[in-house]
Amino acid sequence: MSRADLAVVDTAAVRPNPVWSLGLLRSEFVTTFRRWRTLALLGVLAAVPVLVGVSVRIETRGGGQAGPGGGAGPAFITQVTNNGLFLVFTALAATLPFFLPMAVGVVAGDAIAGEADAGTLRYLLVAPAGRTRLLLTKYATTMAFCLVATLVVAASALAVGALLFPLGDLTTISGTRISFADGLGRALLIALAVALSLAGVAALGLFVSTLTNSGIAAMATTVGLLITVQILDQIPQLHALQPYLFSHYWLSFADLIRDPVYWDDLVKNLELQALYTAVFGSAAWARFTTRDITA
Amino acid sequence: MAPYESDDSTGAAQADDELRDELRAERRRKAARYVVPLAVVGVAAATIGLVPALADSGDPDLPKITAQELIDKIAKSDVQQLSGTVKISTDLGLPDLGGLESSLLSGAAQGSGGGSSADPTGKLTELASGTHTLRVAADGPEKQKVSVLESGAEYSLIHNGTDVWGYDSKSNEVYHSTAADSGKAEQHEVPATPKDFADEFLKSVDGTTSVTVDGTAQVAGRDAYRLVIKPKQSGTTFGAISIAVDARTGTPLKFTLTPSSGGAAVVDAGYTQVSFAKPAASTFDFTPPKGAKVTEGDKAGKPGKAREGSGADQGGKVSEMPGHGSAKGLDKSGFKVLGKGWNSIAVLDTGSKGGLPTGSASGGGDLGGFLGSLGNPVSGKFGKGTVFSTRLINALITDDGKVYVGAVDKAALVKAANAG
Repeated sequence: MSRADLAVVDTAAVRPNPVWSLGLLRSEFVTTFRRWRTLALLGVLAAVPVLVGVSVRIETRGGGQAGPGGGAGPAFITQVTNNGLFLVFTALAATLPFFLPMAVGVVAGDAIAGEADAGTLRYLLVAPAGRTRLLLTKYATTMAFCLVATLVVAASALAVGALLFPLGDLTTISGTRISFADGLGRALLIALAVALSLAGVAALGLFVSTLTNSGIAAMATTVGLLITVQILDQIPQLHALQPYLFSHYWLSFADLIRDPVYWDDLVKNLELQALYTAVFGSAAWARFTTRDITA
Repeated sequence: MAPYESDDSTGAAQADDELRDELRAERRRKAARYVVPLAVVGVAAATIGLVPALADSGDPDLPKITAQELIDKIAKSDVQQLSGTVKISTDLGLPDLGGLESSLLSGAAQGSGGGSSADPTGKLTELASGTHTLRVAADGPEKQKVSVLESGAEYSLIHNGTDVWGYDSKSNEVYHSTAADSGKAEQHEVPATPKDFADEFLKSVDGTTSVTVDGTAQVAGRDAYRLVIKPKQSGTTFGAISIAVDARTGTPLKFTLTPSSGGAAVVDAGYTQVSFAKPAASTFDFTPPKGAKVTEGDKAGKPGKAREGSGADQGGKVSEMPGHGSAKGLDKSGFKVLGKGWNSIAVLDTGSKGGLPTGSASGGGDLGGFLGSLGNPVSGKFGKGTVFSTRLINALITDDGKVYVGAVDKAALVKAANAG
């Protein structure tokens, strides 16, 4: 593409129609959520709570204790038999370290690079939307996917929990009791906290996606970075570095089931996600708005 | 670029220059965009580095107070209602055995606690190393609660009237005992809050100790006096003990124990957040959740055991403060105490010559070799022995079966062994 073409695109970006950009957002939503790949990811995520719930149910059929004696396994798994609502927390604790961020990595990595790969990116840019707007739309779509994915896990877990286990007042991990409605509210807050925990990965994936024209490469790089960071977070010698890794405070959502809620780590998590979003979001913007689009 | 450079006419050259300038400006404008993410990183780094320094708004201005007045203030302090978050770090300098250590500890705890992970004995020994966040709440002498915050789980010890509940959310196990006294005993035997630590050390203030007020400090957003306790004698491993005392209520807010060898504090326990309002009554209500495994503690035996456990592991340096309180206990059980004040050394004659698995004991086998590798061999007039050291407590085990233990340095132990 020559400079002249670029200039055309840039001047077109000066006055986009606001209604048009809403339309862009809507069309992005529809494209993303109607993809078979996205639906398959959501299906896998919805299956996790079913697996966990059914296996806990089978294991405790004789009135036994869930999980091995020492409290191993995902957090909260031993409480699932008391209250089906705990299956929501268990399922989120089980999917947050890998399944959820992997799904987000796939969607975010595909956002720009996938369009370039399919040769549709230049047509998107010919439309009078502008690159910054397109990037924002892509990020909004990715974040919407984070929220939908988390809610799918939570809703599936709630349905399975209600079917297989009793519901009612629940005991917080601090030992106090709260009403079922309060518990449900906290479950919703937790789903929101988990979705926001994925903001950092989403921004990182979007940045990687602007670097390459290969969708597969972007997805693989994002998921690879995710695994690397998770491993680094386990090495005790790196404890000075760990508070700055985006996955470090992920499990802080569990602090919402303490009574009273322990906010320190939750706030740190949100600050960290905001920082990652700002750094990699602006890096993605710097790269995407200055790059020559050749595909 | 080639098409523009092919023309040699002056006009074209001028246009060429203009274009080149334009391109350069364009490139500069593009590069400038990358400044944004870099600036964000820079601002974040500066914030992380500078905010703690700026937040340290200097020491508060409080009326002068003497050390004695401050100690009286602590003694008179009658705080019944309190809730807060305590951060406690302990670094006793125990040899790092990794998983082995914790499996031994939990094995020991399981042995005495009947296998329930909700048993306070086993749980609270975990506090003896590393950094932990605790939540404490109290409403009068009948209602107290201590919770250890873990990742995705919590261990709570709740005392409400005649009931003592331990709830481990990770394994969903409950420990219950009903004796009214045992509740108090456990609450007092487990030094977790800065006040517990401070009380232990203020008991020991006598002629061998200097107590001074060393300015003021801000702890958990409250103005506090800093009380510093220092041993006057040399030879002890205790460096200094600093206690931050809330200026308004007289409650100790932060306790720091530094060893004489310098370095990080051995015990550092302080409130990160504290409130003197009445905690919600529901905080102290506990009903075992459905399906939880409940272990009933027997009324008489358990508190005694809890006391032993926490005395040896958690309170090693606190309960066995040389020369005071516990020295009497040592006397009772056949120990001998040499010296006085900070430099006192407990002597135990096991009578089993060479029976202790020190490194030099030939019959010790594998275990002997292993233990010996953790200590340092020493010799003197008394013969040969092995010194095991932590950052606070040193122990000398001689080959003829005598054990010298004290919060003193190695030379003092050898001197005591030579004299004895």
